[in-house]
Amino acid sequence: MAKVLMKGNEAIGEAAIRAGCVHFFGYPITPQSEVPEYLAKRLPEVGGKFVQAESEVAASNMIYGAAGVGVRVLTTSSSPGISLMSEALSYIAACELPVVVVNVMRSGPGLGGILPAQSDYLHATKGTAHGDFKMIVLAPASVQEAVNLVILAFELAEKYLNPVMVIGDGMIGQMMEPVEFPVEGVGKPLDPGNWALTGCKGRGKRIINSLYLDPEICYRHNLKLTAKYEEIRKAEQRFDTYNTDGPYDLLVTAFGMTSRIARTAIDELAQEGQRVALFRPITLNPFPYEALRAAASKAKRVLDLEMNMGQMLQDVRMALGPDAAIDFFGTAGGVVPSPDQCREKMLESISKTGSRPKAKGARRNP
Amino acid sequence: MPNTDTEVLMAGFGGQGMLLSGKILAYAAMYQGLEVSWLPSYGPEMRGGTANVTVCISEKQVASPYIAQPRALLTMNQPSLEKFGPRVRPGGLIIINSSLVPIKSDRADCRVIYVAANDLAAKVGTGRAANLVMLGVYVGLSGVVDAKVTEKIIEKEFSDKVKFIPANVAAFRAGLEEGVNARATNR
Amino acid sequence: MRKVFASTAGLTDRPTHYCPGCTHGIIHRMVGEVIEDLGIRERTVGIAPVGCSVLAYEYFNCDMFEASHGRAPAVATGAKRARPDIIVFSYQGDGDLASIGMGEIIHTANRGEKVTVIFVNNAIYGMTGGQLAPTTMPGQYSTTTPRGRDVRDCGYPVKMAEIIAQLTTPAFVARGSTHTPREIIATKALIKKAFEYQVAGTCFSLVEVLSICPTNWGLSVRESEKWLEREMLPYYPLGVKKRPEDFAEVSADAKH
Repeated sequence: MAKVLMKGNEAIGEAAIRAGCVHFFGYPITPQSEVPEYLAKRLPEVGGKFVQAESEVAASNMIYGAAGVGVRVLTTSSSPGISLMSEALSYIAACELPVVVVNVMRSGPGLGGILPAQSDYLHATKGTAHGDFKMIVLAPASVQEAVNLVILAFELAEKYLNPVMVIGDGMIGQMMEPVEFPVEGVGKPLDPGNWALTGCKGRGKRIINSLYLDPEICYRHNLKLTAKYEEIRKAEQRFDTYNTDGPYDLLVTAFGMTSRIARTAIDELAQEGQRVALFRPITLNPFPYEALRAAASKAKRVLDLEMNMGQMLQDVRMALGPDAAIDFFGTAGGVVPSPDQCREKMLESISKTGSRPKAKGARRNP
Repeated sequence: MPNTDTEVLMAGFGGQGMLLSGKILAYAAMYQGLEVSWLPSYGPEMRGGTANVTVCISEKQVASPYIAQPRALLTMNQPSLEKFGPRVRPGGLIIINSSLVPIKSDRADCRVIYVAANDLAAKVGTGRAANLVMLGVYVGLSGVVDAKVTEKIIEKEFSDKVKFIPANVAAFRAGLEEGVNARATNR
Repeated sequence: MRKVFASTAGLTDRPTHYCPGCTHGIIHRMVGEVIEDLGIRERTVGIAPVGCSVLAYEYFNCDMFEASHGRAPAVATGAKRARPDIIVFSYQGDGDLASIGMGEIIHTANRGEKVTVIFVNNAIYGMTGGQLAPTTMPGQYSTTTPRGRDVRDCGYPVKMAEIIAQLTTPAFVARGSTHTPREIIATKALIKKAFEYQVAGTCFSLVEVLSICPTNWGLSVRESEKWLEREMLPYYPLGVKKRPEDFAEVSADAKH
């Protein structure tokens, strides 16, 4: 299949269709509005349903209803809208329904701004809403990867009967890059199996419910969910590395688009003989702690780069322990760190290790 | 050897078509097997304010699509020249639409080209195609993408407004000629 | 011996948790009978609210959702759009539908979702212990209006059936009551009509059912029925508020 140049938001919408999802419920919010706009046009062409809900609160409950009757369903939003969807995500996780939610992050807190940010990391991975539940959280770093991960998100949602969130920043939604789509209907049709509410013809009634007034039963339900999250933790960690083959002094940790900016700086520094590697978690939950530990063991120091005030940093610290030498650089509010800024921060970190450039090359900025 | 590892910032007022010029450039590079990214400014600033897009073109996967210091700047208005002019990498290229920008660039360390894009576009068809004159100048000067491929992309972009194709292609060609001539001229 | 009374196939055999004298059981039974009468039990999906009828998913003998507080109409929208062949109904109280869920019910009605809503209005929050509802009557005591509902603070009770009925979108909207056997029979007919419109794929339908809450009203069942008749009926008039047949096509077309 030929490559097409496509905006991230539109590619996300098309990816859902290719994954066999033809039901979308959502609400406009910058910078993700191209997803509903694209699907409003496209879904009727493939026999799908598009509903613009009256709010994110309603949209998230609509996906609860649609998933509950056993169809593949998508909603997308951006940070403040995701906050409004959080309640429903708790119910969906509790009821073990497969849904995919995409968060094209903008800056916060509050109304924040509409420019790119990564400040919903903790919300997505640790504290989405009330109760003990976890989503699988996937972070793409390119439009192509956004497509691949949306498709994977549906697979994982249905494999584990759990909400999956694909989390990118405003840049990934707004930028165009070449993408290649798989043919339509990848993966098997959704099997509503023994849980979907399809009418009780020929069987006993089914209930989709998260109310457990008996504490013992509610406790058992939590244990069951926890066992599932443990299974996910063992099986689904994904990450990417760059420049880790040879020796390196500094390991940079970054997710999503920030990792791309970091790579430019890493490439520039490599020409100056500086050895910097990159570790990029693709699954923010489950976070690849062990793999990060292994990658960091070869470095003298770690620099965590994020478009927030230090959220993934908590996981990096958890992976590497209290004695690890970890620096942090973050921007927020919609300010994107430039490759040069990242380069400066990398040099600062390297200077703390006492390492000198290992290859010949003109250092532009001693 | 064309330099196929570059970043171009294209800026102007919303509605001047610089985002479209950037898209055509990105498409042309993609059809030539290059890796590209097209990153626009977005949000309220686009409505009546300045709109800009950064196009990165590379033989390998584009690392950062966000570039603080582009190698080339194409500017359709004064605010964009004032804002982005100082950021162009030393040795870079600045193309200024002198039909609309009354000031000069003070970058002695860059190659600065002044093109009366609106006048040129009006001469060959319509002044509204000034954005394609600018693109033509850049393509002619840089050789980053093939001019014939770019023309095909222009035709494709206007495929549902066929009547606009001749004027836009003509504007692109007029710019291209300026660019090729400028390229042949040693500084 | 001739069997003159039996439980309905539309309900399970589970005893309900409702307080003595509560009319939820009667309304459940009316809905259950309609589902049985129309032969739709095996293709019906119901949605329980948060409130006294939170456990309704145990009592209706069909596939059931439990929704979060106020969101049942949104869940209904998702279910019905995804599977238009199923019959979808929500069963909601006044706090759920007219307070926290006001946005969802208005917009679900306004989109003309082909779903049926049973709205039980007993003018009080039952499950949380007798607090003010949007439908609490002026002067009525509740645990959060200990001096009676002061309309200068709380406004006047919300007339949901009338609010929904004034939307332009075609719908069937009616109000019934449970304070006399005659009204119960009439209300069941309204509920049946509401489901029939959905079965025919015609329109959104909502039946508001006035209900008593002896426990939180602090009255006997008999007194509660009298109180409903005296206080609520004049404010919440019974009857059909809107029929899809009455709809005059709006010729507005703003396409440009």
